[in-house]
Amino acid sequence: MQQSWSQAKAAFAAVAVPPVLWLLLFFLIPLGVIWAYTFGENVGPVTIDFTGTFANYARALEPLYLGIFWKSLVVAGLTTLLCLIVGFPVALAIAFATPRTKAWLLLLIMLPFWTNLLIRTFALIAVLREQGYVNFALEWLWNNASGFMALVGLQPLGAYEPLTLLYNNTAVVIGLVYVHLPFMVLPLYAALDRMDRSLMEASLDLGAGHLRTIWAVVVPLAAPGIASGVLITFIPALGAYLTPDLLGGTDSQMIANVIERQFKRANDWPFGAALSFLLMYLTFIAIAAQAFVQRKAERRG
Amino acid sequence: MAKEALPVAAAAVSAPPLKREKPGPLEYMRRWPLQLMVGLTLFFLYLPLITLMAFSFNDSRRNIVWQGFTFKYYEKALNNDSLIEAFVNSLTIAFFCTVISVILGALAAVMLWRFRFPGKTAVEGTIALPIVVPEICLGVAMLVFFARVMPWPQGLPWPLNLGAITIAHISFAFPFVATVVRARLSSFNRELEEAAKDLGASEWRTFWDVLVPHMQPALIAGALLAFTLSLDDFVITFFTSGPDTITFPVKVYSMLRFSVTPEVNAASTILIVVTVVLTAVGLHMQNQKPKESKA
Repeated sequence: MQQSWSQAKAAFAAVAVPPVLWLLLFFLIPLGVIWAYTFGENVGPVTIDFTGTFANYARALEPLYLGIFWKSLVVAGLTTLLCLIVGFPVALAIAFATPRTKAWLLLLIMLPFWTNLLIRTFALIAVLREQGYVNFALEWLWNNASGFMALVGLQPLGAYEPLTLLYNNTAVVIGLVYVHLPFMVLPLYAALDRMDRSLMEASLDLGAGHLRTIWAVVVPLAAPGIASGVLITFIPALGAYLTPDLLGGTDSQMIANVIERQFKRANDWPFGAALSFLLMYLTFIAIAAQAFVQRKAERRG
Repeated sequence: MAKEALPVAAAAVSAPPLKREKPGPLEYMRRWPLQLMVGLTLFFLYLPLITLMAFSFNDSRRNIVWQGFTFKYYEKALNNDSLIEAFVNSLTIAFFCTVISVILGALAAVMLWRFRFPGKTAVEGTIALPIVVPEICLGVAMLVFFARVMPWPQGLPWPLNLGAITIAHISFAFPFVATVVRARLSSFNRELEEAAKDLGASEWRTFWDVLVPHMQPALIAGALLAFTLSLDDFVITFFTSGPDTITFPVKVYSMLRFSVTPEVNAASTILIVVTVVLTAVGLHMQNQKPKESKA
């Protein structure tokens, strides 16, 4: 079907040269330089010697940095899990809605996704801070509960203590879920929408309940979609910079924040380069795992 | 009596199912637990954005309690020259990024769709790479590249001074365009291309008059994607921008670092409205049928 490049050399060159050259010059070379830096050493404030040392990788595997890698994996994993728990029912509802409702719901899910990430994170700050809406709502409930208890003759509750919802790990997870939820819902929706519905009907007719049908029929059928939703959520969450930076506290640094510090403030480029390549390898492992799940699901199907 | 009852019964048969009727087995959207779930999710997604927009009109510095309607933060934001400059920079970068990304993405898609060539798998993998590489890694790679390998000349006139950021944005945006366009090309009937060539059209003419009209919806979708990706990007820009080349997200970030003021709300609201309008226009264009190829 496909034409061999040698049959139409001029046409091939016309379409191949611009993108391949661009990719080489402005993507592979920058990454290659960073890769070379991972084996370099700082010898002066701006000079870096390429000595072929593994010291940067060795330092990245010290408990301090290993801990940050672990923490990033846990935070990204938790984010993905929460997105899946929230996103699956939402995707299911959208996939089985009437065409009109479906179009509107998809638009509503996608709209925040087109909104600037920084603005969304900033918007979340106003909701979560001590003088934010979550605390206002809780204070109102607290005061009413307190008034009610006074009314029935019990000891009223003390003054409301606002919850600290910002600048900690919880805030980072909430922020990451908030930002990445559309990434999860859309591939899940695509998988559920393609699914053969007669299988679900058969399961329901044969007496299985809705939960059992979802668990035993829908989930296995939608496995490739679930795997790609998980991957699409997990990768950006793992490398998240802005959310932990703005919503996190001193102990919620993720790996991207450490990398940024090496390049901007600590000025230790070789070490920062080694950390970025380790992050990239982690990403590739996640992709390989997803491909593995996908292939297994395809073989079964 | 019977005369009156008849049309009612007929209406009940032909009318769409009433709300009170039991939902069908697969009508999950009509079951309350899922309705509640969807409602809560949308509430969670929209509450922060709506309050952000609402409180840009609030006449109070501390933007907690409603104090009355005002446009003064919009006035302040529009009189903030550096904010306006950053906004114009962002739109300029997004524009150039979109144009070049669409061209490069379309070419890459055609290359992968049409040709067999040695090393194709490697090229295919490399084109997908910018989509999956974490932003921070690409950001630092661009920082080093423009600091050491290919320093972007300082003090160039606008908009050339934005070149480094634009290049960085194109590098991660065009593979997205390529993916979208390639998906569209798989539905192309190659016989049309052969027919055009049999009828004497040149390679270029076939490409422009047969293939491009077929790709049109994907080109619009890709352009929309490239534009929003560029406008949205903070991390990569953060590493490639200099003191004279501030973009809107970088500017908002530094404003946030100092203090959260309603001025930021106002500026953000403007950006949200701009993106929503552009998305609506883009989706509308995409839904229109591609024009019949010019005679």
